[in-house]
Amino acid sequence: MAFISVRAEDFDVASENEALALADQQAGAVVNFVGLVRGGDIAAMTLEHYPGMTEKALAAIVADAQRRWQLQAVRVIHRIGRLLPGERIVYVGVASRHRQAAFAACEFIMDYLKTEAPFWKREETAAGSHWVDARESDDHARDRWQSSPGATPSAVRAGPK
Amino acid sequence: MSLRVLYFAGLRDALGCAHEEAAADGIGNVDDLRRQLAGRGGPWLALLEHKSLKVAVNQAMASLTTPLGDGDEVAFFPPVTGG
Repeated sequence: MAFISVRAEDFDVASENEALALADQQAGAVVNFVGLVRGGDIAAMTLEHYPGMTEKALAAIVADAQRRWQLQAVRVIHRIGRLLPGERIVYVGVASRHRQAAFAACEFIMDYLKTEAPFWKREETAAGSHWVDARESDDHARDRWQSSPGATPSAVRAGPK
Repeated sequence: MSLRVLYFAGLRDALGCAHEEAAADGIGNVDDLRRQLAGRGGPWLALLEHKSLKVAVNQAMASLTTPLGDGDEVAFFPPVTGG
């Protein structure tokens, strides 16, 4: 099962992890990632997306992960709108029978989300606001998976389907 | 034929246009549309000059050679930066 939500509202990490754990009695591992607005020079960040396509892109990424690993449950939440330093942007949670698949799938989903899902960040600083440039390192992080289907970049094998 | 064309993020700001209905006769694929729009000159040249411009057709990632048909939704945007 997969839950995908694109919304302005915040999420509660403990509740999301609990939902994953309860979704399937076969789950023996829950791994989650939370992305935050980094502080420092940034006063605020505004996230824009492409309504309609965003949900489809996230669903396709999750479906791809579910083909590569045996996953009991997946939850993805991505916030949009204006966020302040320290605020949560994104949650990716994966439940699987054993930890390897959950670790790998969580990283896989984030690597693809950052390069394939149509979100854009605009940062506000003391000097004004600007659109954030994409990072080549994010493309490289995604491309690692293409040479190792079903495995993590460090070649940890997923369990048999 | 008619296409719905959308622009996002920095590209939308540069063009001053979020979406439009474009009459697109003689358009076979995304590259044809891109060239027709760039023909408006000024900021629209970004459609040709932007080195890493992305495109989606009917809400799926596409390429310059993706064919277009009447009623298709085409979106142009910079590389994504979510997460």
